[in-house]
Amino acid sequence: MGLNRRSFFKILGVAGATLAVGKSFGAPQKKMENDIEFYGMLYDSTMCGGCQSCEIACAEAYGLPKPTDEPKIGVLRKTDENRRVVVNDYKTSKGEVYIRKQCMHCNEPACAAACLTQAMHKTLEGPVIWRGNKCMGCRYCMVSCPFDVPKFEYHSANPKIQKCDMCYDKIKGCGIPICAEICPAEAIIFGKRRDLIKEARRRIVQNPGVYVDEIYGEHEAGGTGFLYLTPTPINELGFNSAIQKSSYPELSKGFLFSVPTIFVLLPPILLGIHEATKKNQLKEGGENE
Amino acid sequence: MSNIDYPIAKDNDSKSIFKFLVSELKPRGKWITPFNVISIPIMLLGLILIVIRFWKGIGSITNLTQDVPWGLWIGFDVVTGVAFAGGAYVLTFMVYILNMNKYHSIVRITVLNGFLAYLFYAGALLLDLGRPWNVINPIIGNNFGTSSVLFLVAWHFLLYMIAQLIEFSPTIAEWLGAKRARRILSGMTVATVIFGITLSTLHQSGLGALYLMAKDKIHPLWYSEFIPIMFFISSIFAGLSMVIFEGSISQKVFSNQINEKHHRSHDDILHGLSKICSVAMFAYFFLKVIVFIHGKHWQFINTPMGYWYLVEMIGFVILPMLLFFSSYRTRNILMIKLASIITMVGIIINRLNVTVIGFRWDADIRYIPSWMELVVTLAVIFTELWIFRWVVNRMPVLRESPSWVNEEK
Ligand code: SF4
Ligand code: SF4
Repeated sequence: MGLNRRSFFKILGVAGATLAVGKSFGAPQKKMENDIEFYGMLYDSTMCGGCQSCEIACAEAYGLPKPTDEPKIGVLRKTDENRRVVVNDYKTSKGEVYIRKQCMHCNEPACAAACLTQAMHKTLEGPVIWRGNKCMGCRYCMVSCPFDVPKFEYHSANPKIQKCDMCYDKIKGCGIPICAEICPAEAIIFGKRRDLIKEARRRIVQNPGVYVDEIYGEHEAGGTGFLYLTPTPINELGFNSAIQKSSYPELSKGFLFSVPTIFVLLPPILLGIHEATKKNQLKEGGENE
Repeated sequence: MSNIDYPIAKDNDSKSIFKFLVSELKPRGKWITPFNVISIPIMLLGLILIVIRFWKGIGSITNLTQDVPWGLWIGFDVVTGVAFAGGAYVLTFMVYILNMNKYHSIVRITVLNGFLAYLFYAGALLLDLGRPWNVINPIIGNNFGTSSVLFLVAWHFLLYMIAQLIEFSPTIAEWLGAKRARRILSGMTVATVIFGITLSTLHQSGLGALYLMAKDKIHPLWYSEFIPIMFFISSIFAGLSMVIFEGSISQKVFSNQINEKHHRSHDDILHGLSKICSVAMFAYFFLKVIVFIHGKHWQFINTPMGYWYLVEMIGFVILPMLLFFSSYRTRNILMIKLASIITMVGIIINRLNVTVIGFRWDADIRYIPSWMELVVTLAVIFTELWIFRWVVNRMPVLRESPSWVNEEK
């Protein structure tokens, strides 16, 4: 088959990238974890007791209403404009498992690539934060986030995007995120992403049979700052198993790279055609405007 | 009515321009027409709803959910509306780049239509912004999200609107009797047209590219990495179908504006456009089939979404394509018009399938637009039509340019 995956855009894209103009468009943040060490969090769901301490502390810290419901098997609680984190209870092949959900703090976040005002922003430290003074409320971040994380206050005249920001302000002041601080079971630890992966590996090796041999978030969506250790495959815990392993901004890169190419190539072609056809027309003596 | 030179063309002092504008602002003709009776209440209601929306938040009049953050206003007003406005770049390409003079008589009305469509449908984007006061950020450049497709699309909208305004400006100059301005402005036409076509190519496909990152959210039958190309190709026949449709209505509604010669040539024009439509639709269909086979989507066909996909493909792509083909051969004008209407419905279905119907088709709470979203959408369309009518009745859009334009040459 002549049509290879993305080959069309790739060709245009390569051409575009070689043009100097290409630099301003496209190229979503190329901050790879090798250059900078992102902070992240490791959540061990086998240690989580579903006590909701993190939910309560988070709500208090960010002025959100206290949770009124509890994790229960068969009930899917979702994050929304009033809660940045939720803990759910699942019945799995390994018995009852608690699992929490919040922003994954992707290494290459789709939300930040989507945001046309840079309100969604991957900080150098690692957290992905939302900056209200820039956001215009277009909700393109919500459309793009593969984990459906950003939530919007639909019932406000001054709506905000609500999502976990890994307590960015606390981290900057050398603190740690409130949930990692408060968790009585120590199910959440905060640290450099690289160290967390090492720690997770260690736990998997030392406790064979307890965990599935996979760190959710190590490769998902190009790698995320939030990492999960789970006793069962992730799709038993309400996660979308279709999440691709490569970064999401990559999906629109080809298009963005082809933009400068078209901008440089198309106008001269059009002008050429115009000049070529004008001659015919002069012969016919048609009206020209 | 057809060929008056306004007195303004003779004396150009500012006082008479003012008087002239005031007199032109006044409505002409009968007030109580079926169109007015339907459109005025809807526009008023829409206005009230818009006030409520800015006062109480977007959720107060829309049914948008956390899973489906873009609904009718984006999916229909912006994405579909802009596809229909594609006629302007296709036609300016044919007339100014390919120098196909046959279509010259409908360029102005198409560009006007395109310009107003962008103004209003892209303007509808502002209604959908939760924090519209920050819209200035990506424009004045203190925050350029250059990795964002939406950034690209928004900027292209803006630039293209300016380009279209320049393309249309000779008409305004003729209306005002500004001879020198007209000469300068029409001298800019070719450059602007080239710029405009380039912008259109990119943002018509860009509207599709907006959804590239929503890979897991759009039903696989509608998601592919070729969405941008498909949006681009389909904007060609979407725009031209709109031109055919709008042209047949204008022929009736504004018949006093059009002279005999153009009346007669109109069938010929439709005939030519239908040929282009059929070819573009074939290319589109071909691409769709390749994507379908390439994506190995057979397992989805025997599901409700699969049937819906077949309805779109057979009823709204293959059928109008065949109608265009055969009407081209038999010169059946009625069939051309029928085909253009089916095509337009098909474009609406296709764009909504990507943006609304197939978007999070698996969500627990499906998004269904509220009646208020519909009213606002209708209000936007009616306002556009009002302005459209106002302009056509006053400026030489359909009728001949004032005689001084030809004398100058
Ligand atoms: S999970 Fe979503 S909101 Fe969080 S960083 Fe990734 S893309 Fe952004
Ligand atoms: S809603 Fe705000 S944060 Fe999200 S993409 Fe739009 S401008 Fe950026």
